[in-house]
Parts: sequence; C-alpha cells; structure tokens
Amino acid sequence: MALGKSAEDILRPARASTIAASLAVAMFVSFLPWSDLRVAPDFVALVLTFWCVRQPRLVGLGVAWSVGLLVDAGNGVLLGQHALAYSLLAFVAIWLSRRILWFGALLQSLHVALILALAQSVALLVRLAAGDPFPGWALYVGPLVGALLWPGVSWLLLAPQRRLEREHTI
Amino acid sequence: MEHSPPPFFKRGPAPLVRLFFFASMSLALLVLDARFRYAEGLRSSLALIAYPLQRAATAPIDFFSAVGAYFSTQAQLVEDNAALRARALALAQDAQRYGAAEAEVAQLRRLIGAAEKLPVKSIPAEVLYASRDPYSHKMFVNAGAQQGVTPGSPVADETGLVGQVTRVHALLSEVTLITDQDQAIPVQVVRSGLRAIAFGSGPSGTLELRFMASNAEIQNGDDLVTSGIDGTYPAGLPVATVIRIERDAELSFTRVVCKPAAGVDRGRYVLVLSDPSVRPPRPDEAKQDRRAQKAAARRAKSKDKDGDGAR
Repeated sequence: MALGKSAEDILRPARASTIAASLAVAMFVSFLPWSDLRVAPDFVALVLTFWCVRQPRLVGLGVAWSVGLLVDAGNGVLLGQHALAYSLLAFVAIWLSRRILWFGALLQSLHVALILALAQSVALLVRLAAGDPFPGWALYVGPLVGALLWPGVSWLLLAPQRRLEREHTI
Repeated sequence: MEHSPPPFFKRGPAPLVRLFFFASMSLALLVLDARFRYAEGLRSSLALIAYPLQRAATAPIDFFSAVGAYFSTQAQLVEDNAALRARALALAQDAQRYGAAEAEVAQLRRLIGAAEKLPVKSIPAEVLYASRDPYSHKMFVNAGAQQGVTPGSPVADETGLVGQVTRVHALLSEVTLITDQDQAIPVQVVRSGLRAIAFGSGPSGTLELRFMASNAEIQNGDDLVTSGIDGTYPAGLPVATVIRIERDAELSFTRVVCKPAAGVDRGRYVLVLSDPSVRPPRPDEAKQDRRAQKAAARRAKSKDKDGDGAR
C-alpha cells in the first residue's frame, strides 16, 4: 500500500506556512557546518521534491526557482546554478507526482534518487561550463543519501497534516 | 488530497512552457553573473535574506561552547591563565624588538627615499560557515561592508595567510581560501629569496608552485611567505611549507607541492587585513578581473622560466 494513501489516513490540507517553514528548516540544516560537502545530502532539494510531489498546485517551478536563487546567494556560488537545477527538479517531480505516491517506500526512494541526481548533474554541468574542475564521483553520494532519507523526511513533513487519534474517534 | 475544487480553466501556462521560462531566466542570470558580474546587487540583497538562517545554523555551536566554558573548572582556568600570561610575556618581548626594528626600517626607507609603509589595519572576524559548494574553497566571515571590509583584502589567522575577500555583503563577506583552484599568491622562499606564484590545487587542500625551473633553489621544508610585490598582500605573511618536489625528466618544469601554514579549514577566528597605503596605478589594468590577472601572471611566468613571474 502506498504511503499516506491508506483509507484511514485522510490528511488535512497543507498550509502554506508549513511549506515555508519546512523550506526554511531545510536551508538552515544545509547551512550547518558539514565536514564533507560532497556527501552531505541537499536537504533543500529533498524538501522541494517532497512538496512538488505532494502539493504540485502550491509548490511549483516559481517557488523552486526563487528558493534556488536564495541558496545560490547564501552559498556564494554562481547566481542561477541552483535556480536552474531546482526548477528542472520541480518540473520532473511534478511530472512524476501522480505516479510516485503509488509505489512503496523503496521504489519511491529510487525515483527520488533519480530526481536528486538529475539536479546534481545540472549543477555539475553548469560548473564545468563555468570552468571549474570535476570534484570527483563522491558528488553523487549526496543524492543517494538524500534518497535514503526520503521515507523519514516524508513521514516528518506529513506530521502537521495528520489528524490526531482523538479526532478520528469523535 | 486537494480540498478545493480543481481550477479547470485557470491553470496558467503549460509546465513545459514554465520550465522553459525559468530555465532561460536562470541561464541569463548565470551568464550575467559569471561573465559580467552584473548581478552583485541582487546577490547582496538575497544574501541579506539568508543571513538570519546562517546565523541560526551556527548558533548551536556558540551555545555549546558557551555552556562548556561555563562548566570549565577553576583549576583549568588558573592553568590557562598562567599559560597565557607566559605566552603574553614571550610575545611582548618579540613585540618590543619588532617595534624597534620597524622604526629602524622606516628610518632606513626614508634614507633611501622609498615610500613609507603604513601599518596594516586588521579587522577581527569570526568564521560563520564554509560555503556549501564542492567546486570551490570558500568561507563566510561575520564582518562586512558595515565593519569596513573591502573586496580584495587578505585574510590571515595567527599562523599565516588564509585567503582573500572576494565579495563583500552588508554584514558578512566571502573569503576565497588560498587552496581554491582560482587563487594565486605571489610568494617568496624565505631561505633563498626566490620569487614564485603559489596556486591553490583544489580538493587536495595543498598549494602548488607550477612552472618552476628544474634547477630552482628550493628544497623540502622551505617556508614560503608573501612577497608583497603585488600590492595586495602585505609582505612577510607565512603562506606555506614545501612538502614535495616533483622533478620529471620529461618536463622542463618542476612541480612543487606545499602545505598551507595557516589552519585554512580549521580555526574560528581570522583577521581581515587592509593596507591603506596608496599605490601608483598599474600600467595596463583596464580590468580588475581575477581570472585575467591570473592568466597574465601565468603568461609572465611561463615566459621567464626562473620563476620570477610576480610583477
């Protein structure tokens, strides 16, 4: 049975404030001092994928692009690098959104791994075009770690929408 | 899951059109930023929005170190105090000798009619976080235009040169570390006085002297300091120590690998140095682009092979 599609799980509507807060928390986590940046997953991309899959009407390319610009400025990288990667990520995630949720956790993670790796590849192409050296294949460990975190992250992000037990009984 | 009825007739442009729109906007921004550097104002304002999150991300570390400091024992404090006092005494001795030597040098420079060197000002700063970018070696410090940091200022810690300020925002600035691929520093070997240019070598965290003549007067363990003839870095800052010399019979050049003297990826406090002395304008500098300077330096370097490339 797909995650969150079971009959007893009728979720409350997602609030825009929840989405904004989760993106802010993701950005906060990615600003933490990581020891190896290549293997640290891109939390912002992960959370964006989640909302694009779950709420394609609320979170789309525009949100992804603006968040990407903010990440670019915060990290001091080329302006537009993450914006481009995230808008492509949002496009693919929305395209797959009707499909992903019908799979089990493992297959969902595989889809997410592909989406995150695609975003990483776009960023890599941009940097190679800008004349930076190739930083090694460890770059693709980050998307894999991110995909492994997918079930946990989706459980966590759905928590505000889940109804309490008490509400079910009433 | 949608609780409102889907808006059948108002869906906006098709997703592919939207993707095309945002992708072309990103590409336009990329070109503007990478080639022409037109997007600095936008970048600064966006960086200001991200600043609270960045501060918050480093707050737990501050908090835990504060808690740790609170619970450190009296005995340890006394011990630390004694050690620091001894160190201060030793440094005071050095400082006195340095003061005397500086006065003497100033007098000698006046005698030979050279320009007087003004003392270098320094702005203390704290490292906020390393840039989340595996392609370059950069970090952010908590001093910006408000504190008087200017782009191009060298950044050092207590053991040596750390990097150079490459972007200044209102409250923080971006420092490119000396191990970054794009960073080039004119250096001098302390032992022999040989001048060279040290390039960062990216992921390995070392520096390289490229295109050294194979008979260059350099050996393992040599200390490199800034030569100061580029006008950007003050002379005499420790930069690196030679750890390996690769002499290849097939190539006419020697590659020298060096380890940075400063804790480039360690340590939390740095000094942003600013040299207020006025320099004469350079002869053919229309563009201040770092890449252009680097290319020029490289050209000069490959031309005269004795390693005397720093202009």
